[in-house]
Amino acid sequence: MAIIRDIMPAFELFQPATIVDALGLLDQHGSDAWVLAGGLDSFDWLKDRIKRPKVVIDLSQVGELKGVREVAGGIEIGAMTTLTEVVRNPIVKAKYAILAQGAELAASPQIRNQGTIGGNVSQDTRCWYYRGGFKCYRAGGNICFADTPTAINREHAILGADRCVAVNPSDSAPALIALEAQMVIRSAKGERVLNAEDYFVGPAIDIMHMTVLKPGELLTAIRIPATWAGAQFYFEKIRDRQVWDFPLMNVASAMVVNGGNIERIRIVVNAAAATPLRLTAVEDAVRGKPRNTATGEMAGKLAIVGAEPLRYNGYKVPLMRNLVKRAISGVEEPKWA
Amino acid sequence: MGLVETAVSPWGQTVPIHIAFYLMWVAAIGGLAFLMVHAIYVQFVAAKEAHAAPVSAALAARIPEKVKRHSGVARIFHWVMSVAMFALLITAFLPRMGYPFAWVTYHWIAGLVLTASIIFHIFHATFWMDFWSIWPDKIDIEDAKRRWLRATGKSAPEPRKFAKYPMENKMYHMIIVLAGLSVSITGMFMMKRVRTPLFTRNPYIFGDMTWGLMYVLHGLAGVGLIGLIMAHVYFALRPEKFDITKSMVGGSITREHYLEHHDPERWVVTSTK
Repeated sequence: MAIIRDIMPAFELFQPATIVDALGLLDQHGSDAWVLAGGLDSFDWLKDRIKRPKVVIDLSQVGELKGVREVAGGIEIGAMTTLTEVVRNPIVKAKYAILAQGAELAASPQIRNQGTIGGNVSQDTRCWYYRGGFKCYRAGGNICFADTPTAINREHAILGADRCVAVNPSDSAPALIALEAQMVIRSAKGERVLNAEDYFVGPAIDIMHMTVLKPGELLTAIRIPATWAGAQFYFEKIRDRQVWDFPLMNVASAMVVNGGNIERIRIVVNAAAATPLRLTAVEDAVRGKPRNTATGEMAGKLAIVGAEPLRYNGYKVPLMRNLVKRAISGVEEPKWA
Repeated sequence: MGLVETAVSPWGQTVPIHIAFYLMWVAAIGGLAFLMVHAIYVQFVAAKEAHAAPVSAALAARIPEKVKRHSGVARIFHWVMSVAMFALLITAFLPRMGYPFAWVTYHWIAGLVLTASIIFHIFHATFWMDFWSIWPDKIDIEDAKRRWLRATGKSAPEPRKFAKYPMENKMYHMIIVLAGLSVSITGMFMMKRVRTPLFTRNPYIFGDMTWGLMYVLHGLAGVGLIGLIMAHVYFALRPEKFDITKSMVGGSITREHYLEHHDPERWVVTSTK
């Protein structure tokens, strides 16, 4: 299994200065290439010798991929913009505060200084069987070690599992989906723009990847429309260590309330499944209803329909119910009330 | 580049986990090559089929205009199995070919349909059909030798006409029995590894090595079926076999086809019913 070593394994390193150069390299090396953003996910894989890419393409020198820009109808965030820059950006703070909240709750200040928004949404799952080098489904094998009668699976999925029960650990992803963000993906062949929720892929469709990125493709930017600018936001993250940790679960909601009633809403939960889950049934059920505790209760119960807890993660069911309830009602309650 | 992919189990054992997936392309290309070679051989090289012992006029007169080849039940079984088989091949290999979709549920449902139809066929063939008619007999083997000798330019007596099923039909059936039972039996065990409403999931009913070999057998039989199904469809569409294909829809072959290819003593026909 995995052995952490202090030195990096050998690979060919490229540090392109432009997106075009980066795409050229990705096209040239295809599936042999590993894209390095902030490096916080990558270095574990590489030092543990679990992922052995021949080529690493470091994007740190590509200036075009950095920064938050105002564009017609919203903002565009370069994929290499650090989480700290996202958190501190005045436009994000003023109009899209839910993203600032989500990004600020990711990891620690040091990690946010280095980690990028593109890396945060594209990071691999933290399932320790998978990251420990076990040849599970996600690693190309034929078993999920976390979904066995004796597995330790406290952090794993309660929804959307299909052979693999790993979850998506991103804190910024649910906020972006709630904001109706779009992911700009480029390759040597051109550009495609996806809704943020379509950027993520579950094990039923692709058990070896967390996103729809194919070899040769690069997430270059994230566009956030003004649709939800200034809406009422709610973001909450539950984690074991309050100092810094991956989410046991998080919830992000954006809503427009008119006359006390919920007029428009998007609500997303992450770390409950392999992809961030947009709760469309909840959105439909609460639209037009008053934003209060009763509606929150109803939404919480609806959110957990179909949940299938594993041996050690049954707590995630009431956790998800309560997070959704709080997000809908907007009422800060004592934790575990 | 091996035929089988291996992994190190949590206990340090190197175990097989599945076949190398390039084998699906090997099977597909191999199947295509076989079809092309066969088509060229039949078109340009093969001599016209010759049979010994022409049928007497008296015997021919007793043969009805339509000769029943497949009962309605047998035809329904065939088409149910073919739909299940295509569903299995599509759900198994399309995602591997770069067209991802949520395939697992469709795959095991199709697998259950295939397994149920195989079980039905075993009972139906054993108790309601002439069980031995699909298995090669001594005459088939002797005639196969004669055909081979004649095809290679050596002298040999003319082969006799076929019984109900031609030798190649019987050989194909034998191979498809092996492949079908392999995918079906291993597939039923593999359902214990995925979540279904039918079984409680338990991946520990076998050890890693047993599971690995089961996945390998499932995969080998699966890629084998790519070639076998290609060949089956090809022969079904060949002009000289098309009467047989039509009989899988309508149930009967013509008297002319029967008299030309079948031996009335080996396949005794008394009525169309």
